[in-house]
Formats: sequence, C-alpha cells, structure tokens
Amino acid sequence: MVDFKRSILMPVLVILVCLGIDYVVPEIFNPYLQTLIAYSGINIILAVSLNLVNGFTGQFSIGHAGFMAAGAYMSAFLTMTFPHWAGPIVGLNFFFNTIAGGLLAAAAGFAVGLPSLRLKGDYLAIVTLGFGEIIRVVLLNIEAVGGARGMYGIHHSASIFWTGFWVFICCFTVTRLMNSTHGRAFLSVREDEIAAESMGVDTTKYKVRAFVISSFFAGVAGSIFAHYLCYLNPSSFAFMKSIDVVVMVVLGGMGSISGSFVAAIIITLLPEALRPLQEITTIDFRMVIYSLTLIVLMLTKPQGLFGELEISDLFRKYVKRHS
Amino acid sequence: MSNVILEAKDVSIKFGGLVAVSQFNMKLVGGELAGLIGPNGAGKTTLFNMLTGVYQPTSGAISFLGEPIKGVKPFDLSKRGISRTFQNIRLFKGLSVLDNIRIAAHQHTHYSMVEALLISQRMKREEKTALDQAMDLLKIFNLENRALEIAGSLPYGQQRRLEILRALATKPKVVMLDEPAAGMNHSETHSLMDTISAIRKRFGVTVLLIEHDMKLVMGICERILVLDHGVTICEGNPSKIQKDPKVIEAYLGSAATSETKN
Ligand SMILES: Nc1ncnc2c1ncn2[C@@H]1O[C@H](COP(=O)(O)OP(=O)(O)OP(=O)(O)O)[C@@H](O)[C@H]1O
Ligand SMILES: [Mg+2]
Repeated sequence: MVDFKRSILMPVLVILVCLGIDYVVPEIFNPYLQTLIAYSGINIILAVSLNLVNGFTGQFSIGHAGFMAAGAYMSAFLTMTFPHWAGPIVGLNFFFNTIAGGLLAAAAGFAVGLPSLRLKGDYLAIVTLGFGEIIRVVLLNIEAVGGARGMYGIHHSASIFWTGFWVFICCFTVTRLMNSTHGRAFLSVREDEIAAESMGVDTTKYKVRAFVISSFFAGVAGSIFAHYLCYLNPSSFAFMKSIDVVVMVVLGGMGSISGSFVAAIIITLLPEALRPLQEITTIDFRMVIYSLTLIVLMLTKPQGLFGELEISDLFRKYVKRHS
Repeated sequence: MSNVILEAKDVSIKFGGLVAVSQFNMKLVGGELAGLIGPNGAGKTTLFNMLTGVYQPTSGAISFLGEPIKGVKPFDLSKRGISRTFQNIRLFKGLSVLDNIRIAAHQHTHYSMVEALLISQRMKREEKTALDQAMDLLKIFNLENRALEIAGSLPYGQQRRLEILRALATKPKVVMLDEPAAGMNHSETHSLMDTISAIRKRFGVTVLLIEHDMKLVMGICERILVLDHGVTICEGNPSKIQKDPKVIEAYLGSAATSETKN
C-alpha cells in the first residue's frame, strides 16, 4: 500500500543512525558540546516547524515560544506526576509524554489559528505574540507546575537519540508535505489567498493545519528542552525566544527547510563560538558581534542563506554547472 | 431555456451609498459563450465577485445548477464548478507554471496528509494524474516548455493565458474570464478570442466573458449583456446590441466624458 523504500526503510535507517550517533557522541564530545548538539536539534525543530507557517503558508507568527512552553510543561508535568505510566522503559514514557506535549501545543495552535485567520500580516503577528505571552503568564501563575520558581528535577530522558529522532520526524514531515498537493495548497495561500480560494483551496483549513502542525512540533521541541535541561522556568519562553526562532527562519530563507536547519545551528552555536572572545577581552561583545553578523548576512543575502531552495536544489545546480 | 446552469435574480449590491450593481438578472445556459460588456466602473467585476462568492449580494439570489449559492465560500463554488480569472492577473507568481496548474487541480486529489507522509499508492496515482493533466493543458497554449519556469517571470501575454489554463484545470462547468485581453495588442487579442471559443468547444464549458471593448466580443459571443452604472441596459445577440441606442449612448457617453477629462 505504501512506498516501502521511502516511507518505511528510510525512517528505520535514520533511527538506526540516530542510535549510532547517540552511542558515539558521548564518547567523543564533552557534556558541554553534547548540550550544544541537543540545543541545535531543539532549535532545528522550532525553526523548521515555524517555517511551515511563516515561510510556506506566508502567515506571520511570532509566538512560537508559547507553543513550545505548552509542550514543555505538559510533558514535564506528566513525567513528574506519572513517571512510569507507559511501562518501565524510560524512553517510551518520554516518547508518549512528548507526543502529549505536542498535542497540547497543537490544540493551542488550533485555538490561536481559528480566530486569527481573519487577520493578516502585522495584526496576526500581534495576536500570536499576545498568545505566547498569555501562555507564559498563565504558567507563571500555576502552582502545580512551580509558578515563577519553575519546575525542578525533571528526569533527564532526552538523549541525543531522541533529539535526532524528532529532528528527523519534523524535517521528514514538513518535507513530505511540501512535496504533495497539501504543500502546494500551503504555498498557494502564501502566494495569493483570493486566487487560492477561487481555485478550490480551502484557505482557512490550510492555515489552521499549518498552525496545528507547526505548534505540535514546537511542543515536541519544548518537551525535549524540558527533559534535557531537567528544569523549566516560564522565563525561558519569553518573547525573545520566539524572536530567535523567527530570526532562524528568516536567516535560513523563508520557505527553505535546509535553510532553517542550517540557520538554527548557526544561531545556536554563534554566541557560544564567541565566548572565548569574551574571556580574552573580559567585555561581553557576544551580542554585538552576533547582531552585526545578522545584519551583514541580511544585507548581503536578503533572501536568507538558501532563499527558497533546498540543499538538493543547490547540489543539482552545482552538478549542472560542473558537467 | 431548459438547462440554465447559472441564474441571477434581482441581484443588487451596495457599497455604502454606492449601488454598484442593481437588480441584475441573468440566465446562463449550459454550453453558451456569453459576453458581459460595459464602460469603466459599470459593475462587471463586482458582478463576477458575487457570482464566485467573493462578495455577497445585498439583495437578490444567485443559483448554480438549481441550488442557491448564498453564503457558499469561493473555494466551495470552485469545487462545484465555477472557475474564473482576474482582471489584474492573480497568478501564484512565485511558483512554477506547473504548480500554478496543479494547485487548481488540488480539489481533484483526495489523498490525506498521512498518505503524503507514507507515499501511498493513491498519492502516487493522483500525483501522476495531476502532472499528466497539467502538462496536457500546458500544451494547449504551447507552454509545456515553460512548465518549470516561475510564473511571474513569464511575459505578460503568457501570464494571461496561463491564468485561463489554471481556471480550466479546476475542470469547471462555468468559467468566467475578466477582461482576458486587457493589455494585449490587436493581433494577440484576436488570437486569444479564437482560442477562447476553441476552448469552449473542446472542454464543453460555459463561458462568461467580460470585455471592455465592445467590438472584440461581437465576433465570438452569441449573447451579450450590457451593463452601465450597475444596470443592465440591453441584452441580446451582437447585432441587436450594436444597434441599440442606449448602448451606443453609454459607450459614446463614456468616450465623450473621458475625452473631456483628457
Ligand atoms: N469593494 C468595494 N468597495 C467599494 N466600492 C467598490 C468595491 N468594489 C467595487 N466598487 C465600486 O463599484 C463600481 C463598479 O466597479 P467594478 O470594478 O465592478 O467595475 P467594472 O465594470 O469591472 O469596471 P472596469 O471596466 O474598470 O473593470 C465602481 O464604482 C467601484 O468603485
Ligand atoms: Mg472590472
């Protein structure tokens, strides 16, 4: 019924590769670098999923951190309250809790998506921004999840394997969708809503779908974050976190999955790479250089690093030029 | 008049104090090629927007295939069989020519998002059909070599043609063309008009054509409605229209006013 090679064999292979990486990484890298790898993974999931809304569907959401928070708290709460509900295997519990977190975030995405659909551009941005803040403030006031103190001692279930696994699932999902009639429907909403509607695309449905899928993965990223850091605080999901993700999407190229992937890694590693500089000069230049780098990149490549192209397109172009 | 497929009864629409279309009546018979003409601001585009669900009439009723279409959304009307082009081209400019056509064929695919993830047999089959049919359509206008080009990069005339193809890709029963020849020169216009009547025969669709220039539609339309200031001032075959004093006045009047303006 389904394409065996591409839809079963490939995921299985990727999972095996992730397991391999999971085994090798702790041997090679110190814990600090491992954390950076995990954070890169989390940011890749956030950027690629936001790209579905901002890049492919052409909506302007700046509340991704809110959905991330919903997923993070939901999964962490489940882990703390029912440590072994899905059996004795830690990974399995984490897997299901992550999905639960993703689903709650998706429900939140649905809730924002529906009323916001009449809004466009800046107005939608303001609503998503407000929504992200509401989630944060609500969490700040729920004592069951620690309120302003945050949540401590969450089990460290998120390994490099799980991070890689979800990065793969997220990129796989978005890539496959974008190569289908559903992907073209998302694009048509971005290109011209009125024309899309006149050609039989239910634009409302596709906008909601984009929001829901995107929020689901934001929730997943939140869950990994919670179970890697083992500590949650509402301030981790403030407005600046949403902006960071938007920067990744814009820097990588609106509408390029590879772009979001690469940009997420750059944005995660850049401030860390600049750390030695701070130690030498004892002045914190990091944010200055980080911002300058962004400005220069956006001035020289306003379309983002990849524009709308993917790695595979660039590779094909390269081969064409050299043959 | 047995097979009326699109009917408008006393349709009016007001924008604030302005009555853009007033008491409009029309019966579109299956398979015909009807023309809708009228000077600038007569309400032709507004009428199209009502017939395609973009605007809701202030009063009156529109029915398609015998069913009232009040409150039906544009995408739903497209699925039922009403398709259109736009006066100021609305292609998916950043996408390829091929994708423009395939998006119009989106309504004929039925595989789910989960199937897209798993690449089901149905997905493969439907994608192949969509691709083949899109390429066949592109051949009609000799655009098949341009399939992978970005729609916005096509020359103006080809963009107009692509938009007509895209409208046909929804497999409509009625296709409404809003000034398809706008911005074209004389010979381009004439060849386009010929293509439109050829398309109608080939696809068996009903065509409603808006045209600003009265002479153009005379050659191909069997029946013409003339709109002026939102009011139908004349309806009938081309020779009747040409002789009608009200039509002559509307056109001369508008020509005269635009001359005095210049
Ligand atoms: N959304 C709207 N809000 C307010 N007024 C409108 C709206 N749409 C159209 N109108 C007005 O309705 C009248 C009819 O406009 P319409 O575009 O239908 O004319 P038209 O016959 O298509 O003219 P043209 O040949 O210039 O395309 C105009 O006076 C226009 O300003
Ligand atoms: Mg018009």
